[in-house]
Formats: sequence, structure tokens, C-alpha cells
Amino acid sequence: MNRRKIIEQNIFRTLCGIASYSLIFMLGFIILIIFYKGVGSLSLEMVTKPPSGGYYFGGDGGILNAIIGSLYIAIGATLIAIIFGMPAALYINVHLVKRKKLQNAIRYFLDALWGIPSIVYGAFGFTLMLAMGLGASLLAGIITVALLITPIMIRTFDEVLSAIPMGLHEASLALGSTNTQTAFRVMLKQGFSGFITAVLLAFGRGIGDAASVLFTAGYTDLIPRNLDEPAATLPLAIFFQLSSPIPEVQERAYAAATILTIIILIISLTARTFSRKFTRTSIK
Amino acid sequence: MLKTGTVWKQLSSGWMVSSLTVILSIPFLIGVALLIKSTPLFSSQSLWQLIGTSEWAPSEGRFGFLPFIFSSFYVTILSFLFAAPVCLLSAIYLTQFASPRLSTIMHPVIDILAGIPSVIYGVWGILIIVPFISQVAAPLFGTTSPGYSILAGGIVLAVMCIPYMLNMLIETFRTVPVGLREAALSLGATGWESVKHVVIRKSISGIISSFGLGLAKAFGETLAVMMVVGNMVRLDANPFQAGYPLPALIANNYGEMLSIPRYDSALMFAAFLLLVIILIINLVFRYFIYKAQKV
Repeated sequence: MNRRKIIEQNIFRTLCGIASYSLIFMLGFIILIIFYKGVGSLSLEMVTKPPSGGYYFGGDGGILNAIIGSLYIAIGATLIAIIFGMPAALYINVHLVKRKKLQNAIRYFLDALWGIPSIVYGAFGFTLMLAMGLGASLLAGIITVALLITPIMIRTFDEVLSAIPMGLHEASLALGSTNTQTAFRVMLKQGFSGFITAVLLAFGRGIGDAASVLFTAGYTDLIPRNLDEPAATLPLAIFFQLSSPIPEVQERAYAAATILTIIILIISLTARTFSRKFTRTSIK
Repeated sequence: MLKTGTVWKQLSSGWMVSSLTVILSIPFLIGVALLIKSTPLFSSQSLWQLIGTSEWAPSEGRFGFLPFIFSSFYVTILSFLFAAPVCLLSAIYLTQFASPRLSTIMHPVIDILAGIPSVIYGVWGILIIVPFISQVAAPLFGTTSPGYSILAGGIVLAVMCIPYMLNMLIETFRTVPVGLREAALSLGATGWESVKHVVIRKSISGIISSFGLGLAKAFGETLAVMMVVGNMVRLDANPFQAGYPLPALIANNYGEMLSIPRYDSALMFAAFLLLVIILIINLVFRYFIYKAQKV
């Protein structure tokens, strides 16, 4: 064989290999840096107490308000996403299974929805909030985040459902069950681990997104007790503390970033163990 | 029994249909709402004045979006230049050359990279990229830089977009039939030649689409960019200086937008611009992908 060809092949193979391994390096680098800066000021107080009066000048307290606020918003939004997303995904895969064109059109559209940036959802949520006469509140944050994560949930669940063999579906219909019974009793059960993966993915996106809650959920040092109260969120806690000129407060931003990273890692790994059965990956 | 069955059936299928309808109507609702909110802006300035001029003085009622649009495109294209080669090369490696073991390691890596929230990328950018630019990169090119710059935004954005583009590229390359590649190999092509002449050529529309969607994703990214880009209104081609992309404009000024007349309309118009640009890019390139997958 021609020597030049082999040299070219080796050069490009090496380049490709470097590019791939650099991704592992990148991930390790990001996580290490965040942990390295954050672990120092991570303490039990950070995760068990809301900020006290002098917190933003380096005083006592923690970011419990943001952790709880983020959990409330992500859980609320995920519930709404399940209520709308689960039946929608089932409908696409059961009732519309014969109408391939319509199915594809809907998927096409949902993928495009997925691409809308969260800041646009945030601006829309803000408009909606004013129109409904609400102020920055937990409820407004939940609705906005729900809008953001529902397409993600549907498409992830839909990918799993569409991989279920047609035979199972037909067998269920042949036994005399209706489309709806097939959807909830057969397809949902068969795709349940995919459903959990979709829920976890949506939850992870909800807890980590900042641009959508910036307008709508507001920020407060208190732990919200009602849907119409504002709520702090973890990403915004990081963002606001980082812009403080006081070094102690910045250190805590790093600690908060460490907490958020740990939460996201746990969610990703759990989602992975659930989705291990399904070899097809989802586009994020 | 039969009766409750039918009621349940109607209830649940109604639930399914209405959920789907609600979700599919969201983009129209968003577009209409943002457009209505931004109409007061058009009473004093034409569309061309809005997007073609660069004077930004909200308190005097003058809104020129050009610097923001310019910064947005600048950051996006810069990030694309960094991310695209890495994505293309590693997608080729992972689908054509890599051992199955590496692929099983890479999947969670890509997933986790995609799942890291943008604020974490922002913190990382402030800790690593910003000092790197002001202390290493700028002196290397013989200029000075505050660090918080277009270039910093581009680099952070590139890292964020890599998992997104890479996933789509991998999907694209997977659809190329193995037989095609084997045919090239049996004709005496080297492994790389079969990739260059067969795999890439066969999936060219998928590659372009993945790149397009990656650009759209980068265009709308807010928080991470905003944290490192400097946020100064200016039209400057120097990547070592600060910029001010559209999403950052919206996110930074929501607090004061209700106190200055027409400021809220201006920000909603910015959101509308983002929505339109990104939705168009998405619809066009997604269409290519669907066409390519059918063939």
C-alpha cells in the first residue's frame, strides 16, 4: 500500500483519538476544578441553614433556602411535565402508530421546541405571570420550568416507547383491549424504566436551569411556604454570590456549585442505571 | 364494569389529546405573546432602526439592537469554530475506530457533560478561562484583555455545545450502512479513506444539520456566557474585548425594565428575535435530518 495513505490515516486516527479522549479530560477537569474550589468551604451549616442577617457580608448561615426552593420548583415542574408529557408520548406511540406522517411531524415539532432557549421561556413566563396578576413566585417558576422540560420529557419517553416491538402492541389489541388500555396497561409498563429515565432527565434540567427562573421565581432568603411566595434557586444562589466582592461569599458560591454538581451527578448516574437496558441514546 | 370502562376510556383519551394539543401550541403562544408585548416599540422606531442601529439609550427611548446581535453572532461563530472540529473528529473516532469499551465509557461522559447546568460552566469559565485569557492568551497575541471577553464566552460556549452536537453527529454516522464502508475497504481503501470518501460524504447533510442545530443552541445560551463575556455595549471586532449578547441583555436588565418606559417592550423584542432566529434554524435543519433519515 501507498505509504502516504498510511501516514494520512495515522495522522487522522490520532487526531480523532485525541479529540475523543479530550472530552473525558474536559469532564474531569471541570468537575475537579469545581470540587477543588468548593470542598474547602463546604460545611454542614451550608446545607442545613438558611442565610442569616449578615450572610452576604460573610456572616453565618447557609443556602438551605436555595436548595429547598430548587427542589420545590424542579419537583413541581416535573409533576406538571408528567401530567402533560406522559399521555402525550403514549398517544403518539399508540393511537398514532399507523399515521407515520403525523407522528413524524409531531416529533419534528417537539424537537424544534426542545431547541428554544430557556431565556425565551423565561421571558414568556414573565409575560404570562404579569397577565395572570402574579408576582415573582414559586408558582410562576414552576409553570415556566414545566414549559421548558415537558418537550424533553416527551421526546425521551417517546424514544423508548418507539423501540418497543410492534408485536406486543398488536398482541394487546388482538386480546380485545382498546388503544387506551394498550397505552396505559401495556406500553407504559413495558417502557416504565424509560419513563423513569425521562422523568429524571427532566428533573435534572429543571433543577439546573437558571435563565427561566431568573424572571419568574425571584429570590429570597426565606424558605417558601406558599405557592405565591418567591423562591430562591440553587443556580441563582451561585450566580448572585459569585458576583459579590466579598471573598467569603464567593467561596460559598463555589461550595454551592459543588452541591449542585453533586446533585446533577447523582441524577445522571441514576438515570443511566435505569436506561442501561436501552441502547439508543437520546439527544440532549 | 363496562360503563366505567368507557368513561375511563373517554376521559383518558381526552386527556391524551388535550395534553398533546397544549404542548404543540406552546411555541405559537410564546411567539404571539412576545410579539404583542413588543409592539409599543414599533410606534417610535421602525424594524430596520431597531436591528440596524447601534445607539442604546433606554432612558431616552432609543433602542439599537445591532451591538447585541453582533455580539451574539460573534460569540456563537467563535464557539462553533472551536467545537465543530472536536465534535466531528471524536464522532468519527467513536463510531468508526473506537473499541466497544471506549464507547461504553464515552456514553456517560457525554451525557454528564450535557447535563451539567450552565451556571456550573460559568463558574468554571470564571475560574479557568477568564484568568487564562487575561494572563496567557492576550499577552501571547500582544494585546491586553480584562479576561471577561468575547473569546472567553466563545470557549465556554464551545465546551457546552460539544456534547449536544456530538450526540447528533454520532446518530448521523450510525445511520451510514456498514456495507458501504466495507465496499470501500474491499476496493483497497484505507480505513481513513473509507471514512473520508464514504462515511462523511454519505452523511454530509446530517453533519451540516448537526452543526446548524449546535449553532442555534449556542445562540440562545444565557447564563454561562453572561458570566464570562463582560457585558459591555460595543461594536468591536477584537475578541479580547467584552461584548454583550442578546440573551445576556434580557437576563441582566429584567430588574429595571418595568421602571423605564418601553424598556420592557425592548427586552421582549429581544426575546422574540431570539425565538424567531432559533426556531427557524431548528425547523430548517431538523427538516434536513428527517429527510436524511428517511433515505
